[in-house]
Amino acid sequence: MISAHRLTKRFGGFTAVDSIDVEVRRGEAFGFLGPNGAGKSSTMRMIGCVSPPSDGSLRILGLDPARDGPAIRARLGVVPQRDTLDEELTVRENILVYGRYFGLSRAHVRAKADELLEFAQLTDRADSVVEPLSGGMKRRLTIARSLVNDPELLLLDEPTTGLDPQARHVLWDRLFRLKRSGVTLVLTTHYMDEAEQLCDRLVVMDGGRIVAEGSPRELIALHATREVLELRFAADDHAPYAAKLTDLAQRVEVLPDRLLLYTDDGDATAAAVQRRGLAPLSVLARRSTLEDVFLHLTGRTLVD
Amino acid sequence: MATTHAQPREGRMAGRAFAYWLTNYRRVWQGTIISGFLGPLFFLAAMGFGLGSLVDGGGLGAPGYVEFIAPGILAAQAMQTAVGESTFPVMGALKWQRQYHAMLAAPLGVADLVLGHVAFVAMRVAITSVAFAVVAVALGAITSWWVLLAVPAAILTGLAFTTPVFAFAARQDNDAGFNVLFRFIVMPMFLFSGTFFPVEQLPGVLEAVAKVTPLWHGVELCRSLVLGTATAAGSLGHVAHLALWAVGGLWLAFASFRKRLVA
Amino acid sequence: MSAVAAVARALPIPAGAGLARALIERNARAFRHGWITLVSGVFEPIFYLFSLGVGLGALIGDVDAGGGRMVEYAAYVAPAMMAAAAMNGAVFDSTFNLFFKLKYAKLYDSVLATPLGPRDVAVGEIGWALLRGLLYSTTFLVVAAAAGVVHSWWSLLALPAASLIGLAFAAVGMSVTTYLRSWQDFDYIQLALLPMFLFSATFYPLSTYDESIRWIVQATPLYHGVAMIRDLMLGDVAWGILAHVAYLAVMGVVGLLFAAHRIERLLLR
Repeated sequence: MISAHRLTKRFGGFTAVDSIDVEVRRGEAFGFLGPNGAGKSSTMRMIGCVSPPSDGSLRILGLDPARDGPAIRARLGVVPQRDTLDEELTVRENILVYGRYFGLSRAHVRAKADELLEFAQLTDRADSVVEPLSGGMKRRLTIARSLVNDPELLLLDEPTTGLDPQARHVLWDRLFRLKRSGVTLVLTTHYMDEAEQLCDRLVVMDGGRIVAEGSPRELIALHATREVLELRFAADDHAPYAAKLTDLAQRVEVLPDRLLLYTDDGDATAAAVQRRGLAPLSVLARRSTLEDVFLHLTGRTLVD
Repeated sequence: MATTHAQPREGRMAGRAFAYWLTNYRRVWQGTIISGFLGPLFFLAAMGFGLGSLVDGGGLGAPGYVEFIAPGILAAQAMQTAVGESTFPVMGALKWQRQYHAMLAAPLGVADLVLGHVAFVAMRVAITSVAFAVVAVALGAITSWWVLLAVPAAILTGLAFTTPVFAFAARQDNDAGFNVLFRFIVMPMFLFSGTFFPVEQLPGVLEAVAKVTPLWHGVELCRSLVLGTATAAGSLGHVAHLALWAVGGLWLAFASFRKRLVA
Repeated sequence: MSAVAAVARALPIPAGAGLARALIERNARAFRHGWITLVSGVFEPIFYLFSLGVGLGALIGDVDAGGGRMVEYAAYVAPAMMAAAAMNGAVFDSTFNLFFKLKYAKLYDSVLATPLGPRDVAVGEIGWALLRGLLYSTTFLVVAAAAGVVHSWWSLLALPAASLIGLAFAAVGMSVTTYLRSWQDFDYIQLALLPMFLFSATFYPLSTYDESIRWIVQATPLYHGVAMIRDLMLGDVAWGILAHVAYLAVMGVVGLLFAAHRIERLLLR
């Protein structure tokens, strides 16, 4: 579906995307993970054919975006990071008008709009204007709108950022259904639970480069241990404790309020800590998550 | 609580709201010079001197057309500045940038923010009126010292529009109403309330309508002052009419703002 | 509508699907909700016509419409109001409205995610501005005819002529809009428009000006628009009118190409 080779995007002297290789296969859900400014959105805009690559090659649906932009976009659905709904129109008209942008017939778009309003659970708001809708409703409408042309490939840029937990779960449910019906999903996110829920495969981007690639499970196996032990001590500075524990774990990370010990068996490590005569205030052994991988790969410092 | 602060009373802190708008204005004044000052100047040149050359052959009699039209434009530009400053900026402060909400979160009350903002609009009207009067005098379109009273008359004309439009703007959900205001109220007044020709030229009914508009009173007041045809009774009548609009509008504005912001 | 698609296809700007009409359809729908704005635009030139033509006209009497031909002032000023309305409407649509869509509503961000390209946006928006302008100029012509200030069947050609004025100004207005940074910049557009509106032989004949500055007036596009429509409405048609047409046509085509190019630069980064 997507084949990028040494894909690069520069804005003046700033390199937003730095020579990345990506292959996305038909029917899979593929994720771009990364902190803000990692180059995810720039990559998505290039894939969406609204941003010409500065370098490298890019093929989408077997076509060249530079030459066949309109033809490619006719087969894509795009959910941008910020909702770009048409606030001068009603909910239904947003879908109708968008369908007309694809050159679809009025009759077809009318029928399609009813179907999509149902899908997005917006049927009873169909004739409301867009402005008073909640964030979750607007997001669902944006997704419904992006499906008006029955896209083969759906691009979602941070689909659930800024939504409350209920709204996120409704959206995930809708995306699952799409995936099951054979639509290829490409999404960016900085929510690890979202990536674990939705993505078959993903890449982690940082500073415009790809720093890891694989399924969520593979990434955890490769870049984290099976479990993580979290220890809190009654002290302001946890660093001295870390020094005493380095040999008990594959890696020890010092946070302001706790220590993280990366280990394959959390309980065994906890017992070993006790045997050293150290008495943490609290002990928590948990499974590693993609978040551990992510923070390990992209660092804990704020990048904004 | 052991200590008590002297509580500032609502209505006494309008100066703080005024100061905000003034600070804001420092960043954008260049653009407003163009729209508020060069605009009327162009009108004066085109209508007064250009068109005047046609009119003076025809029929207004004693004063030349440029002397006739200059005080009219003085009053009309006061109206336009006032309406312009009382529509989008008010809606912006209510809805888009929400400065009013920020002020209300401070100790200011509704009366403070209305009075402060109205005072700022009056200042904007004053600046453009003075600037226009200076140019009109320099070009010989106004030749009387009475211009010194015509400028405050123009500011009063502006106020007669500012407060009712504040009340109107605070009741709008979006800017569609402003289009109606501009096109069906302001523009016809500009064209038919005596700025460009005496309202006596209009058919009887329209003449009567024109004579109840605040702009006609503003135009007549300014014109009679600078042409030396003013009478004390007539002028006081115009002033009273304009003041009525300004005060009535203020009362309505308070009500509208309370309804919108604190009710 | 297929003419619109043909124009969109013919432009040598990449990325577009000839779907400009979809954008026109979108604007028409949007205006169903804001119809009062659309309708209110009809009245402005009519108010001007009656204020100047009827109110002021009584003070003025007949005016030399060029070549010593005397006409009543209302008949002199009506074509100018029609031309100026075409200019103002086109500029308003292509600057104020376009800026809003570009910067705030982010309308084109979603439009360009579809097969539509920059040239569809340019052609669609200008096409809409022209349709809207046609509504205004038609109403104006009907009112002017009813008021008895239309003197010739040539006046029917004033409708396409007004569209040509609209095209020229919309195209340039759109190009300018792509450079604007904030609402404050609109004051500068006013600075260009108002003198043109007032001084382009709209309200009084070119002969009012001193010989030495007439060429400045004659260089402005509105002068050509006014002169063109005045010739048509007064039935004073000669080959010279083609010069006005050519001036505005060149301005429109060059402006359109440049606008599409600028929109591409702005949106496809």
